[in-house]
Amino acid sequence: MTKLSRFLAAAAITVFSTVAHADFTVEITSGQSEAVPIAVVPFVSVANPDVLDVAQLVGDDLARSGRFKTLDRKDLIAEPHSGSDIAFDDWRRLADDYILVGTMTPQTTDRYTINFELFNVLTHQRLLGFQISTSTAGLRLAGHQIADMVFEKILGIRGAFATRIAYISVLGHLPNKRFRLVVADADGANPHIVMESTEPLMSPAWSPDGQSIAYVSFEERLPSVYIQHLKTGERQRVSARAGVNQAPAFSPDGKQLALTLSTRDGNLDIYVLDLATEALTRITDDPGIDTEPEWSKDGHSLYFTSDRAGGPQIYKISLAPGSHPRRLTFQGSYNARPRISPDESQLAFVTQEDGAYRIATMDLSGRNDVQILTHGRFDVSPSYAPNGAVVIYASRDHGRGVLAMVSADGRVQQRLVSTEGEVQEPAWGPF
Amino acid sequence: MKRILTIAALCLGAALLAGCPKKPGNFEEGATGSQVPSSSTQSAGGAGGPSTTVTPLGGDQEGVTGGRGGAESAAGKIIYFDFDKSEIKPEYADLISATARDLTSHPTLKIKLEGNTDERGTREYNIGLGERRAQAVRRALLLQGVAEAQITTVSYGAERPAAEGDDETAWSQNRRVELVYLP
Repeated sequence: MTKLSRFLAAAAITVFSTVAHADFTVEITSGQSEAVPIAVVPFVSVANPDVLDVAQLVGDDLARSGRFKTLDRKDLIAEPHSGSDIAFDDWRRLADDYILVGTMTPQTTDRYTINFELFNVLTHQRLLGFQISTSTAGLRLAGHQIADMVFEKILGIRGAFATRIAYISVLGHLPNKRFRLVVADADGANPHIVMESTEPLMSPAWSPDGQSIAYVSFEERLPSVYIQHLKTGERQRVSARAGVNQAPAFSPDGKQLALTLSTRDGNLDIYVLDLATEALTRITDDPGIDTEPEWSKDGHSLYFTSDRAGGPQIYKISLAPGSHPRRLTFQGSYNARPRISPDESQLAFVTQEDGAYRIATMDLSGRNDVQILTHGRFDVSPSYAPNGAVVIYASRDHGRGVLAMVSADGRVQQRLVSTEGEVQEPAWGPF
Repeated sequence: MKRILTIAALCLGAALLAGCPKKPGNFEEGATGSQVPSSSTQSAGGAGGPSTTVTPLGGDQEGVTGGRGGAESAAGKIIYFDFDKSEIKPEYADLISATARDLTSHPTLKIKLEGNTDERGTREYNIGLGERRAQAVRRALLLQGVAEAQITTVSYGAERPAAEGDDETAWSQNRRVELVYLP
């Protein structure tokens, strides 16, 4: 178990006190043997502790993906800053396939220019060469963008390092808990509190444009669904009907919200709310619990959890009037909370195995092969990265809620351990 | 953008403070029987009471589950359930009857049934299970003549555990419906 890096750059803390102080430690708990070796050379010769070490951040991103193995800095044989400085034969002897070099130059007091180049060590071919100009505050994002470009160039998969996650953190103990809805960078850095309450907050769901988050709040001691705009902080209560108001999910076009409501007798069913007209359409009608809706990519169907056949199982229903749901999961007695991969080739969900709750995937291309990806006892709330390469989920570590990630093929596992409180219900935002 | 986001969060925090009802304790407080009217008064406060009383969570569960029942019992306003079940166990018959008598003899009295589950399973499905438990208690009260308008239900699922811990000791205390008289 390698403790790779601690994330909490001083630069990430703004003068505003609402920046969450939770600090994540990322541990890769199991890696991929065929990780690509790469050397990431520091962009500046003499490190300034007050300025973000962008090359370090790029290296951390790549290593944390599990797809890359970065050369330890103390093993660097030289510190070239451009292609003409690279002694390729020496680097080849270190068995590095790729080398990333660059410079970071201050332009004004608050502005930097980053030049970076990626080379294939064997062929000497220059694969990337770019210049980025950014403010000091933008350095972190610039680093994630560089990592995205390297990831995509070498692996052919779009990088998701420059994306964001939302999650719920719970601080304090009974009976004085505080619940926070937090948005942070995908690596857990830069946490910002979107909403804080002494009553539970649940089920954050991103709008497809990444501008808003829908969530459930019990602040009035009854559940209501809100949509909150991240930039303005404005929020709108979109559902506070009698009974249950739960499990919001934006349609792919962002115009509708699927959610779970209940009748007076407490029967939970799934509805679709048109956000412009406020028209409400009932989608399921069954005495069992129907909940946890997830939209198909074409916006014409919903995946959902239902215990109409006894235990919870995953179903899919067309939104066309009069449609009947089709059951998708048959293996095991507990399969719930479906999330589809960005290309809808795979379904991630929670399954029960030997009394433990774990993240599983099911192939949707027809074979319906099920693979259990995680090995915890309380692994829930899976959410795909927008590139589909990784699933983030909630786990428990020594009685504490933590976030963890697993590659969609199950081979790379990592854990994000927060220094503060319990962390649950991660939701990965869009590109 | 980061800056704008932060400012928004600040404003919201302020709005929230202003907009939220003050509640010094939490729902355990409302659920304690010390604030439940026994037979003569309806004025006993629910969540708004000044003193914060915490429901005992420890080993004295016999007092809770032992059919002591009755509105005068401090810890007796909680009904516990078996794993993945929403059937009310026979030992709670007295508690249901006493509560129904309170409500039928005081038609303006209102009660909130708060359904809860243990932490296992998915959060939203647990909301469904908690609601199912609250509804089981609601039906039992309706059968004994309580008016529908006197009862509201809410499900907290696994979000408001009464006891913390990843074992059956904690879970058994979390699978519950709390009967909370509304002020």
